[in-house]
Amino acid sequence: MDLYEYQGKQLFARYGIPVSEGSIAATPEEAREAAERIAAPVVIKAQVLVGGRGKAGGVKLAEDPDEAQQLAGAILGMDIRGHTVHRVWVERSSDIAREYYFSITFDRGAKRPLFMLTTAGGVEIEQVAAETPDKLARLHIDPLVGFQPFHARRLCFDAGLPPEEHRQAGDIMTAAYRAFVETDAMLVEINPLIVTPEGNLHALDAKYTVDDNALFRHPDIAEMRDLEALPPEERMARERGVTYVKLDGFVGIIGNGAGLVMSTLDVVAGAGGKPANFLDVGGGAQADEIVTAMEVLLSDPDVRAVLFNVFGGITRCDEVARGILAALERLDVKVPMVVRLDGTNDVEGRQLLADAAPPHVHVEETMLGAAERVVELAGSAA
Amino acid sequence: MPIVVNAETRLVVQGITGREGSFHTLRNREYGTNVVAGVTPGKGGQDVDGIPVYDTVHDAVRRDGANTAMVFVPPRFAADAILEAADAGVATIVCITEGIPAHDMLRIYNHVRPRGITLLGPNCPGALSPGLANVGIIPAQVFARGRIGLVSRSGTLTYQIGKELADLGLGNSTIVGIGGDPVVGLSFIDALDLFEADPATDLVVMVGEIGGDEEEKAAAFIGERMRTPVVAYIAGFQAPPGRTMGHAGAIISGSAGTAQAKKVALEAHGVRVGASPTEAARLAAEAFAALG
Repeated sequence: MDLYEYQGKQLFARYGIPVSEGSIAATPEEAREAAERIAAPVVIKAQVLVGGRGKAGGVKLAEDPDEAQQLAGAILGMDIRGHTVHRVWVERSSDIAREYYFSITFDRGAKRPLFMLTTAGGVEIEQVAAETPDKLARLHIDPLVGFQPFHARRLCFDAGLPPEEHRQAGDIMTAAYRAFVETDAMLVEINPLIVTPEGNLHALDAKYTVDDNALFRHPDIAEMRDLEALPPEERMARERGVTYVKLDGFVGIIGNGAGLVMSTLDVVAGAGGKPANFLDVGGGAQADEIVTAMEVLLSDPDVRAVLFNVFGGITRCDEVARGILAALERLDVKVPMVVRLDGTNDVEGRQLLADAAPPHVHVEETMLGAAERVVELAGSAA
Repeated sequence: MPIVVNAETRLVVQGITGREGSFHTLRNREYGTNVVAGVTPGKGGQDVDGIPVYDTVHDAVRRDGANTAMVFVPPRFAADAILEAADAGVATIVCITEGIPAHDMLRIYNHVRPRGITLLGPNCPGALSPGLANVGIIPAQVFARGRIGLVSRSGTLTYQIGKELADLGLGNSTIVGIGGDPVVGLSFIDALDLFEADPATDLVVMVGEIGGDEEEKAAAFIGERMRTPVVAYIAGFQAPPGRTMGHAGAIISGSAGTAQAKKVALEAHGVRVGASPTEAARLAAEAFAALG
């Protein structure tokens, strides 16, 4: 789960990483009030879960509350690469002498947390890594040992930080690692980590990702999820506990098991179709769960035809067939549906569908045959 | 002898008294797996259809010589269960549980790896050596006995490919589900290494998906170290970046972990990659026939 900048900064503040004084605002008036409280020039920053907001005009400096209100009015509602701005973060403007970059990444390949520090901040870290790799200090640490003072020294010396900044940088890195571990983060990134003309380091931005599987032990962070930022189909899926990702095609896809559903998307694309979604009903799905999943899938107006691809292991194909029939009965299904059932109780499942013979349903024997059929039907339904 | 699970497997099931735990334990036993014990803290002294239940894994090892553990406990208790099995001296741990926090797995991985423990999963369907043992939730009826090793990050996709192989008259030595999480114990390379050394395996089918770089590392390993031919399939060409596709580990981060990059890496090392499960099975059949 990705957090907004202001949420990341809340966590930074909780762990003692210095951040600027600021407030969140959902209206131009709230932005004005925030600027009045701060009583100094402020920066108005669009809160979106996508990069490049500065270039898109989503970050502006306001000298006074009037200007803050006016600029917030322009930024709120703005579309930044497909994301609508619903809130702005209003914070005290900072004087910047230098910009650094710092991050801790959950490095799944190395099976260790990866620290990165460079004095070449404020730009994309991939660019630094590609163009001036010797400027980027990288260090994997042993999660069973944790982050030690010598790690901090190595990073500071390797990155070439001035000695008078080592203590502050070490404190920030130590605090960031505590936050990383204690909040089950997959990424904690400070870019830029600025140095003020007075020589103080602090976090000017925050990128923070928390492991979805660990949210059960962080109810406060789980509550930070912004359902409004999701497309309506995904919001509905989340509320009903369905594993669903909206895509931009027109063939609805539903199956059991993440790998099989991903494979189904690819096979449908290979047959000339464009998948509208990813939907995994999971193992051992019962009829009711299938009805719910179908409801989510069909709420997408772009879906012209549906492919139901099931390989029964623990999931029983007769149960899936009952779910499909129940969905047809309870939902107003207008689009054609191709069903392919294989594995446990597949013969019984296909028999149930054949006996009921619903008009919109086409049964196919193989995955490839089903993909070709659904693409044909989606085309003709256009 | 087939890898990971075989005739020497003496299984203890952690979480045996749960609904899923008892269901799959009995299926595994019915298949012929030697299930020696179960563990549910506080239920020691009971039994599940004749299988003795203990309070600790240590008791199961001491009393019944368990050498393999299957973990079926809920995510918030699973890390503890794996560490308990490791502490009790179990050599092979198969974790079926889905939803274990990644940081828990990071600590577990770094703890068990230097101890030489084989950890399969988590978030995996287990391992099946047809005719010998089944540990986990793999539907054994789909697979035939044969000489093709199958290793995969996914469950149902593996069943699909196993069925396509069976339709072509081909069977498996062992089917190994390594799991769909970002951090799993046994890697593709570990499984390939085991298959390479296994006299019961003549060919390997590897089934990967988006996320991470284990397939790329495996490609280099195959190119440099393997004489056993490998055929691959990769799922997730249509997956958008930054989205988790069902499996916690199936996510393209920035430009890293795409299906295309994995396919290119595998092909660069001479591994043929099927465009669909059907084609992957057909390529495997061709390669198998070429072995003579």
